Amino acid sequence: MLNMVPSAFKIIRDENKCIQCKVCVKQCANLVHYYDEEKDIVRADDTKCVCCHRCVVLCPTKALTIINYPLDYRQNANWTKNYMDDIYRQAQSGGVLLASMGNPKPFPVYWDKMLLNASQVTNPSIDPLREPMETKVLIGRKPEKLEYDKKGKLATKMPPQVELKIPIMFSAMSYGSISRNAHESLARAAEELGICYNTGEGGLNKDFYKYGKNTIVQVASGRFGVYKDYLNAGAAVEIKIGQGAKPGIGGHLPGEKVDEDVSGTRMIPLGSDAISPAPHHDIYSIEDLRQLIFSLKEATAYKKPIFVKIAAVHNSAAIASGIARAGADAIVIDGFRGGTGAAPARIRDNVGIPIELALASIDQRLREEGIRNEVSLIAAGSIRNSADVIKAVALGADAVYIASAALIAMGCHMCHSCSVGKCNWGIATQVPELVRRLNPDIMYKRLVNLVSAWNHEIQEILGGMGINAIDSLRGNKLMLRGIDLNEKELEVLGIKHAGE
Amino acid sequence: MLREGELRIPSGCSISGIINKDRKRISGENIIKSIALMHDRSNGLGGGFAAYGIYPQYKDFYALHIFYEGLSIKMKVEEFLDKHFEIESAGNIPTRVVASIINKPMIWRYFVRPRIYLENAKERQMDEDEFTSQCVIKINKDFNGAYVFSSGKNMGSFKGVGYPEDIGDFFMLDTYKAYTWTAHGRFPTNTPGWWGGAHPFTMLDWSVVHNGEISSYDTNRRFVEMFGYNCSLQTDTEVITYLFDLLVRKQKLPLEKAITIMCAPFWDDIEREYDDIKMELKSLRAVYSSALINGPFSILVGFEKGLLALNDRIKLRSLVAAQKGETVYVASEESAIRLICPDLDKVWSPKGGEPVIALYNNEEEK
Repeated sequence: MLNMVPSAFKIIRDENKCIQCKVCVKQCANLVHYYDEEKDIVRADDTKCVCCHRCVVLCPTKALTIINYPLDYRQNANWTKNYMDDIYRQAQSGGVLLASMGNPKPFPVYWDKMLLNASQVTNPSIDPLREPMETKVLIGRKPEKLEYDKKGKLATKMPPQVELKIPIMFSAMSYGSISRNAHESLARAAEELGICYNTGEGGLNKDFYKYGKNTIVQVASGRFGVYKDYLNAGAAVEIKIGQGAKPGIGGHLPGEKVDEDVSGTRMIPLGSDAISPAPHHDIYSIEDLRQLIFSLKEATAYKKPIFVKIAAVHNSAAIASGIARAGADAIVIDGFRGGTGAAPARIRDNVGIPIELALASIDQRLREEGIRNEVSLIAAGSIRNSADVIKAVALGADAVYIASAALIAMGCHMCHSCSVGKCNWGIATQVPELVRRLNPDIMYKRLVNLVSAWNHEIQEILGGMGINAIDSLRGNKLMLRGIDLNEKELEVLGIKHAGE
Repeated sequence: MLREGELRIPSGCSISGIINKDRKRISGENIIKSIALMHDRSNGLGGGFAAYGIYPQYKDFYALHIFYEGLSIKMKVEEFLDKHFEIESAGNIPTRVVASIINKPMIWRYFVRPRIYLENAKERQMDEDEFTSQCVIKINKDFNGAYVFSSGKNMGSFKGVGYPEDIGDFFMLDTYKAYTWTAHGRFPTNTPGWWGGAHPFTMLDWSVVHNGEISSYDTNRRFVEMFGYNCSLQTDTEVITYLFDLLVRKQKLPLEKAITIMCAPFWDDIEREYDDIKMELKSLRAVYSSALINGPFSILVGFEKGLLALNDRIKLRSLVAAQKGETVYVASEESAIRLICPDLDKVWSPKGGEPVIALYNNEEEK
C-alpha cells in the first residue's frame, strides 16, 4: 500500500566536511545511512530517520545536520500535520498508534509557572559551603506519635523505612524495556548516590541482587519475575497499579525482546510476548489492594515498606486516601507527562492529569484527613531538573522519581522510538550489538554526576530560602508563588500569586 | 491594610526572661528595665510580657485575658463563656494612662473553671486543659473582634501595640509579683496596629516570646493544623506555641524530646551515635520531620515547670544566658542582663539547638 506519511526529518550532509568514514552507516540501526560504493559517497534515506542524533554526535567531522522535513500542508488550524499523518498511518495499518516517552503536547507545565522564594534582610540565607545542608529523607509509614515508657525509653516500634541521601530515585523501568547495561548503570549509580532505583515490572536479574539495598522491586499486574527471593531482595516493594503515560491499561513487551536473559528474569518462555493485564486480576477494589499489601508484608516479614504507585487521574486525592488507609507505606503518583517504552498514543496524550495538580490535591486531602504524616508521598512524571524537585517537595512530596532525565543522562535524545527496539544509544533495546554501546562504567558515572549536580543545586536553593534541612520545605507552600495562573489553578495548587 | 492573621508579617525582636527557681516573686520593674535597654531592637509596634505566679489567690482558675473591639462582641463572648465556664471573678485589667499607648481595645480578665460536666465534653473524654484550649481556639477563630491572649493558671500575658517599656507601664506591671517574667519588644516589617498580634503568644500555661523569622513556617503550620490547631495569627510564635502544646501536652513527649524534635541534631551527628541512641534520634526525626523549626530564632518558653530558652540549631539569632544564685537570666543581649544584675555567677552563650532549661526546685503548693 502506498505510504502517504511524509518523512519526518531531513538529513543534510556537508559534503565539504564528510570524509566518507562510514561511522554513520555503522551506527544507525535504522539503516538511514548507506554507502554508495560505485560513487564512493555516503547517502541517507530520510524516511527512516527518527532523529536520535547518534550519527550527529559520533560524526568525527560534524558534517551532519538533521532538520524537520520542510514540507508544508495547506494551512489549517484544525487539521494539523500530526492529525493528518496519524490518519494516513491508521488507514494504512488498521492498528492502534503506538508512541513512546512522555506526553509531548503543549499542555501547561505548572513547574514553569511557579517561582521560588529567597531570604532577604529579615532572615539570613544559609551558605551550603559553610553550613550543613541536609537533603536526607526517610520513606515509609510513620506512627502518629512516638511514645516513651516510664524509664524514658522509646516504646514505639518504627515501621521499616527506606533511607535516601538525596530525595530522588530512579523510577521504574523494566529489564526488557531497557537494556541490561542501562539497568546496571542505574543500579550502580543508585548505590553510589545512596538512593534507590526501581526494577520495573520485569523482575530482577540474579546478577543485580547485590544492589538490593538500593533497589525497589516492583509487583505489577503481570507479576513477571515475582517470587519470595525477589520480594526480599530489595529495600522496598512497589505495587504498580498505574503509570502516568498510560493510566488504565497494561503493558506489552514484544516477544522479540524476550531473549534468554530477559526470559529467565521475567520467568516466561523465550520469545513469548509479555503482556501485563490492565488491572491486577486480584485487585478489583480498595479492599483487595489492602490484601495484596498485607500479603507482600507477610512475604517480607514486615521488614520492607510497601509502595503503591498510581497514575495521576481525576479522582487521585480520594484514591490516595484509600491507599493510605489500606496500609501502604508510601504512595507514588505518576503524572501524565511520565515516560514509557510504549503506549497507545491517544492514551498517552489524553488520559491523566499533571503531576503538580495531583500532588497538591493529594497532599491537601491527606492533611485534611489528618493522615498525611503517616505515609510518604513520591511524585513522578517528568521531573526535569532540580527546581522541579524543589517545587515538588514544596507542594508536599517526600521524594521524587526520575526516569526520562536519567535516560537522557545516558544518551537518550528523546526520539520517541523506544517501542521499535532499535535504540541506537543502547538503552531501549535488547539487540546485543546495540546494548554493547552503552558502557555501564561510564554511564553510571554520568548518572551519579547528574543527581549530585541536582543535589548541589537543591542545597543552594534551600540555603537561599534560609532552610538547612529539606524536611522544612516539605509542604511549605509559602515558598512558592504562581505566575500566569488563574484563581482556580492557584486554589488547587494551594499557593499565592506572585506579588501577593 | 490587612491586619495580623490576614497576612504574614515577619519581624525582628528583643527578648528577655528572668526565673527564680525557688519561686521567689519579684515585681515587674526589673524585666521592664531589661527590655527597655534593648529599645532599638523594637520599633514601637508591639511589646509584651508573660508573668508566672501572679494570681496565687486564683491559682486553680484559668485566667482568661481578652481584648474586645466593642461592647456587642463582649456580650456574645461572655454568653459563650457563661455557657462553658463557671466565672469566679470578672473585671477589666487595671491600666495606667501612658501618652504613647493609643487605640487601646477593651481589656478584660476572667477567672474561670470549665463546666466539664457538660455532656458532650464527658463523652469525648476531654480533660479540663483540652476543654479550655478548645474554647480559646473557638473564640479566637469564630468571634470576630474578640481575642483571648492569655489562658493559663496563675499566670498571665500582657501585651499591646507600643514599646515594651510603655506597655509594661500601661499594664502597671510594677504592681505584680511573679517568679518568672518574660518580655518581648517587636520590630515588625509591616504595621499591624493590632494588639492581638503582639507577643507573648500563649496557650494555657505555655507562653512563647520569640525573636526571628522561621523559614519552616508553612511546613510547621500545616503539620499542627492536622491536629486541630488553627493558626489564625500566621505568626511564628503562634505556631511554635502549638508545637510545644502538641508534643508535650497532647502527645506527652518529655520536654527534652520535644526540643530534640524542634532543633533536631544533624544527620551526620546522629550517624556517629551508639546504635540505640541513633535509632531513637532517627525515629524522632522521621516521625516529626515537619516539626523541625528552621531558620533563625531564639525563643523563651514559659510553662508550668519553669522556663526554657532555645536557639535555632545553627544559632542565627543572639541569645545570652546568665545565673546568679537560684535566678537564671536570658536575653538577646548581655547588657540587658548586666543592667539588672551586674554581679553574676556565670554568663554564657548557649550553642545553637542547645536549650537552657531552668526548672523550679519545688512543686507549687496546691
